[in-house]
Amino acid sequence: MKARVHIFLKDSVFDPQGNTIAQMLRRTGFEKVHGVRMGKVIDVETTHQVAAEALSEVKKMCEKILTNPVIESYRVELMES
Amino acid sequence: MKAAVITFPGSNCDDDCVYALEEVCELSVDRIWHKHEVDLSPYSLIVLPGGFSYGDYLRCGSLAAFSPIMNLVRAASDRGQLILGICNGFQILCEANLLPGALVPNSSLRFICKDVTLKVENNLNPWLNAFKVGDVLTLPIAHGDGRYVIGDQAQAAKAQKILSYCDAKGALVDGANPNGSFDFVAGMVNEKGNVFGLMPHPERAADLRSLHGRKLFESIINHLREKASA
Repeated sequence: MKARVHIFLKDSVFDPQGNTIAQMLRRTGFEKVHGVRMGKVIDVETTHQVAAEALSEVKKMCEKILTNPVIESYRVELMES
Repeated sequence: MKAAVITFPGSNCDDDCVYALEEVCELSVDRIWHKHEVDLSPYSLIVLPGGFSYGDYLRCGSLAAFSPIMNLVRAASDRGQLILGICNGFQILCEANLLPGALVPNSSLRFICKDVTLKVENNLNPWLNAFKVGDVLTLPIAHGDGRYVIGDQAQAAKAQKILSYCDAKGALVDGANPNGSFDFVAGMVNEKGNVFGLMPHPERAADLRSLHGRKLFESIINHLREKASA
């Protein structure tokens, strides 16, 4: 089973990359851009057959290694293998 | 008195730390590879040096925090041994939850390599006792990810900050914070005070060019001598 982890800096943490991208978008004609947050995506393939097990394991990975809860939030999405 | 300097894959300030401790502080130093789970209890001081452990993959310091030696560093911290993390070492200590907070990319997104001025906020600790509170020292920084973020532990952070970025007169003003750190944090200790992490490099200012780094190491030696004679 494959899972996709979406990781973003928490809203309370300044994201200079997102900020710079937003400025550039506004400068190039997308005046209505109000904010951009840039994150990262990690795909994890496992041998789990049961969706609930895969989800719970990947969440554990997120809590332990893949994200730092002081600065980041995450969302896990299960995908068709 | 013996010190240990731990080398992770990608550490690049380990030699500088060994030099500062051996030649300048006249300590006997053992180098320890991160996979060698050696007994750390004989060491008065354990140093996690700067560099780019594991290529800064995932987050700076995050993978090194899971190196085999880190379980032993954690045990040493519990026993109250002195643990010093410099630059990447500071990032590793935060990722390992031995210090509060985290270090993220500088606000400018630029790698900054220059001398900065720092204010001593607290000297009642093993790390800065050779200075007076309010002293301004100059040390070099060299990092891309030095912006200290604390999350919801802001109150704790205030009490555990012992070194701030400041201007030449010691004021915490706009323009004196090179990387956008929360509350100008340049160096933090844990609650017990035996673990210290800082972004500036004292080992690069322990010799001819500047002596403020040396004075930081002398603080550590003072503390260890006092403890030994007590």
